Amino acid sequence: MKYMLMFAGNEEYFDAFRSFPEDVQKAALARVDNWSKEHSAAGRLLEGHRLQPASTATTVRLQHGQDGTPNGKALITDGPFIDAKERIGGYVIIDVPDLDAAIAMARTWPAGGTIEIRPLADLREA
Amino acid sequence: MIADSTEAVELGAIFRDHAGRLVAGLVRRIGDFDLAEESVQEAVIEALDHWPREGVPERPGSWLAAVAHRKALDRIRRQVRYREKVAELTSRPLESYVEPEDRLRLMFVCCHPALSRDAQVALTLRAVLGMTTAEIARALVTSEAAIAQRIVRAKRKIDAAGIAYHMPDDSELIERLEHLLAVIYLLFNEGYLTTSGPEPLRRDLAEDADWLAALLTRLLPTQPEPLGLLALIRIQRARSAARFDGSGDIVLFDHQDRSLWDREAIAAAIKLIERAAQLGPPGPYQVQAAIAALYAEAPSFDRTDWTQAVLLYDLLIRLDPSPVARLNRAIALERVAGAGAALAAVDELAGDLAPYYLFHATRGRFLDELGRGDEAASAYREARALTANPAERALLERRLAGR
Repeated sequence: MKYMLMFAGNEEYFDAFRSFPEDVQKAALARVDNWSKEHSAAGRLLEGHRLQPASTATTVRLQHGQDGTPNGKALITDGPFIDAKERIGGYVIIDVPDLDAAIAMARTWPAGGTIEIRPLADLREA
Repeated sequence: MIADSTEAVELGAIFRDHAGRLVAGLVRRIGDFDLAEESVQEAVIEALDHWPREGVPERPGSWLAAVAHRKALDRIRRQVRYREKVAELTSRPLESYVEPEDRLRLMFVCCHPALSRDAQVALTLRAVLGMTTAEIARALVTSEAAIAQRIVRAKRKIDAAGIAYHMPDDSELIERLEHLLAVIYLLFNEGYLTTSGPEPLRRDLAEDADWLAALLTRLLPTQPEPLGLLALIRIQRARSAARFDGSGDIVLFDHQDRSLWDREAIAAAIKLIERAAQLGPPGPYQVQAAIAALYAEAPSFDRTDWTQAVLLYDLLIRLDPSPVARLNRAIALERVAGAGAALAAVDELAGDLAPYYLFHATRGRFLDELGRGDEAASAYREARALTANPAERALLERRLAGR
């Protein structure tokens, strides 16, 4: 089954991380890199990215007509779509047998924080 | 309909013995939790229709297996991959599907931490214990529609999120076991707090919890905590005859007639604690059982070894720093260090326990002890607003009236 792991963390922590000494940052990124390599080599990790800080986010809120479908108008705002203390810092798409395997993988994530696991749905499924 | 309560209890025990086994076997064979669970549920409902009128068949397990098997086939025929599954189902009789570990796997699925605690409870009652949705609603004092929706959602999540039907790895076993134990203890408390004995058409969840805990001790014989939980449940059940007076009012622990306690059951439960202690270091349920044993063995409430009780609570809080454990420690502390110290300890918990009626009831008692009657009364009123249990409300009314 395919899942998305979304890595969330406190925005203040992300900011603090960027002010850590360079060697500390490098070591932390290397641990994440090793994690990715290990799971890629095992065929579990399909793709993934770190995201730029939430301060770079733009939210597009589509406006809906009476019938509930988008009416072509949109509200564009600065910032992430949810106003929460925790921000998504990156994601990976994984392919593992079941939820327990996905949880086991999330447990080994070396950067700490909170991880949300969501099964991917087939776009053709309604 | 079921003629009388004894019969309802007996049928419940039969379903409990077979339903989980059948669901477990079906899931393993066809890998479809929803289908397995629904088929067995339909078999239970059919049995409830036939058995009270026609009598319980000589081999109720085979009867249920046959009906569940037929129901599963009916359902599968409506599905796309039906040929494979029909072949799988017809190759062997349903009863021979089941291995002892299947039921344990089923329990781990029902109590998976990715499901909400409410969903874990409802699924365990239905899939493992073979209760009908209507019975669950009665036992948990909620509507049938609410339970039905909870079960549908939970099964949808099991399927959509890919919760697999397998045993947790050794490295996760202890953590996953905690969820099973928590669900069983919650069932026990639900049954223990809401009933004063068998009622017509209402399953005694305390007895079901006892049965589940005993099953776990057999399925996981090297784990000490199931034994601890079983001992805890049995010590509390041994005292149940003294918990209510003739008119159904709660008798507080310190006023209970100890001659009504089942001493043999308490002694047997203490043996379980000793067995658990040989298996490994103590966990929270063993310590809670040890505390219950300490109270149960004291010649009278006043002659309880309070210093030992506080020490055991300290150990419990180290293992499981729950606010409820700290509240109970404060109750023992009152005996060792007085109501002033106990009130100070309880007040620290206000942030965590404000929505919990026992927090306010306990505060009220300490405040009364300290001669602060007005504050005590307002604490009792807060407590009364937070519990729906009639026996508990009556007790708080008595305290408010007696001033």
